[in-house]
Amino acid sequence: MFPTPIQNYSLTTNIVYRILLGVTLFIWLLPLIAVMLTSIRTFEDILVGDYWSWPEETAIISNYTAIFESGKMSRFFLNSVIITLPTVFGTLFLSSMAGYSLAVHKFKLNLLLFCMFIAGNFVPFQILMIPVRMLTIDLGIYNSHFGLIIFHIAFQTGFCTFFLRNFIKELPFELIEAARADGASEWLIYRKIILPLLTPSLAALGVLEFTFIWNDYFWALILTQGDNVKPITIGLDMLRGQWVATYNLIAAGSVLAALPPVIMFFAMQRHFIMGLTFGAVKG
Amino acid sequence: MSFWERNQLKLAPFIFLTPAVSLFLLFVIYPIIDSIWVSFHDWSGVARYALNEDGTYKNFKWVGLKNYIDLFTYDDEFYVSLLNNLKWFVFSLLAIPLGLLLALFLNQNIFGMRYIKSFFYFPFVINAVVIGVIFSWFYNPKYGSLAYLLNIFGLDPIPVLSDEVLATYGIIAASFFPGIAYTMILYITGLTSVSKEMVEAGRIDGASGLTMLWHIIIPQLRPATLIAVVVTIVGALRSFDLIAVMTLGGPWGSTKVLAYKMYEEALFNFRMGYGAAIAVILFLLMSIYIAWFLYRLFKQEKGEK
Repeated sequence: MFPTPIQNYSLTTNIVYRILLGVTLFIWLLPLIAVMLTSIRTFEDILVGDYWSWPEETAIISNYTAIFESGKMSRFFLNSVIITLPTVFGTLFLSSMAGYSLAVHKFKLNLLLFCMFIAGNFVPFQILMIPVRMLTIDLGIYNSHFGLIIFHIAFQTGFCTFFLRNFIKELPFELIEAARADGASEWLIYRKIILPLLTPSLAALGVLEFTFIWNDYFWALILTQGDNVKPITIGLDMLRGQWVATYNLIAAGSVLAALPPVIMFFAMQRHFIMGLTFGAVKG
Repeated sequence: MSFWERNQLKLAPFIFLTPAVSLFLLFVIYPIIDSIWVSFHDWSGVARYALNEDGTYKNFKWVGLKNYIDLFTYDDEFYVSLLNNLKWFVFSLLAIPLGLLLALFLNQNIFGMRYIKSFFYFPFVINAVVIGVIFSWFYNPKYGSLAYLLNIFGLDPIPVLSDEVLATYGIIAASFFPGIAYTMILYITGLTSVSKEMVEAGRIDGASGLTMLWHIIIPQLRPATLIAVVVTIVGALRSFDLIAVMTLGGPWGSTKVLAYKMYEEALFNFRMGYGAAIAVILFLLMSIYIAWFLYRLFKQEKGEK
């Protein structure tokens, strides 16, 4: 193990290490602690500019109800949910099918299509911006949940297909051959053999995609206009302009916007790390 | 045997791939080609296919390389943006050694370490708007904690985000918070797979500390470093969200990057062709980098065999 296990050192070093660890963690989380503290402060505290003392009187309930009532925050939150969940499932469905085919079927365009999906990951969003915006207008899906969902699925499919194709490639091919010999159709093999084996990687990709889509800011900015469609990232940014100095409400909104991916992260940490570090251990 | 059963293996790829490939062609490949085409035109974004009486396009006028020539000869802001992209490119890379440092610090088996690590990881999942809000407050010269810290040392507050020189660095620093969390996750995972035998052998040979790190550990962390470099650089060239949230490209356009300038030219100044030309340049920069990266990867794999 590197560095040398701390247990091999003296008691003093051990104590110092633990104290240092605590201090580092505190500094690391300080920005987030500050936001959470601010989100439960009263307007009076904000007015006098008191940001760092421990609040004697908290306004946790009134602040969080205020953002839901006056700020349309609940609408934005719901929009984010409506956009994110179908995107995640749609992407996983399309890319697992495509990944299966690219991994096991032999045909001429195979490598070319695979390269296309990989290359798509690196494209700067701006080169897609004008045509995609015009396309959604022409198709009548500009400023709709569906427009954002379908675009996200299309773009994210590149990344997920790449990931799943490599994963399926490492499965024992004999499994598929045996099933084929028994007369199973390709669809049955995909449904009954491949998908169950993919479950851990689908979970890993799922949590990752959930985070990417929930946190999307650029595409929501380009493809939406009205409050009925805007996700919470755009909503929060907009409310920041309206609420100007009511920092406690902005902080409460920020906590709300950050919460779902954070909960997802803590609930599915193992899958999350697996998706994120795919390829980081063995290149 | 039916036709389907006989030809299943030949037809299956078509059926499995059609949904994914057609969506990808429509929303990714076609837009790239169309953007390149638009960049040779003068167009405000309205009624692209409206015709004049003589059959030529009314609003969509061919101008050849004019957009590119204008960019390179008349547009000072273009150079400011390009330089800012370069700053993002260079300074974002600092997140990699910092992430490694933190990973080494945390790579110990003590009680509760699993939970402590999660708390170090999770800023990665927080979106750019929230990060932007937090750091705008941090830099706020009146109430921000930066001003508070400076005050302790008897210094005057620095209005980072309204300073033309400092603002870009201020935003890059904000991007470190999720950035370091990410590289740290990569390195902690990488460290768990470092060969114990080699570390022990190194110890017997008297290597320790920095020597060990440099000659034994870092070479084994190469896959993690590679991913960290690729993701950080692509992220740096894509930087947009934090700028839009923290400064809107200001003060006086000093924090603009190509991505932000492109967005502004197209959607606020209604210069679609000009915006598309910027996007094409960004796309070419990225392509050069990706081509170089794939080439190195290819050569390296050949060398190992």
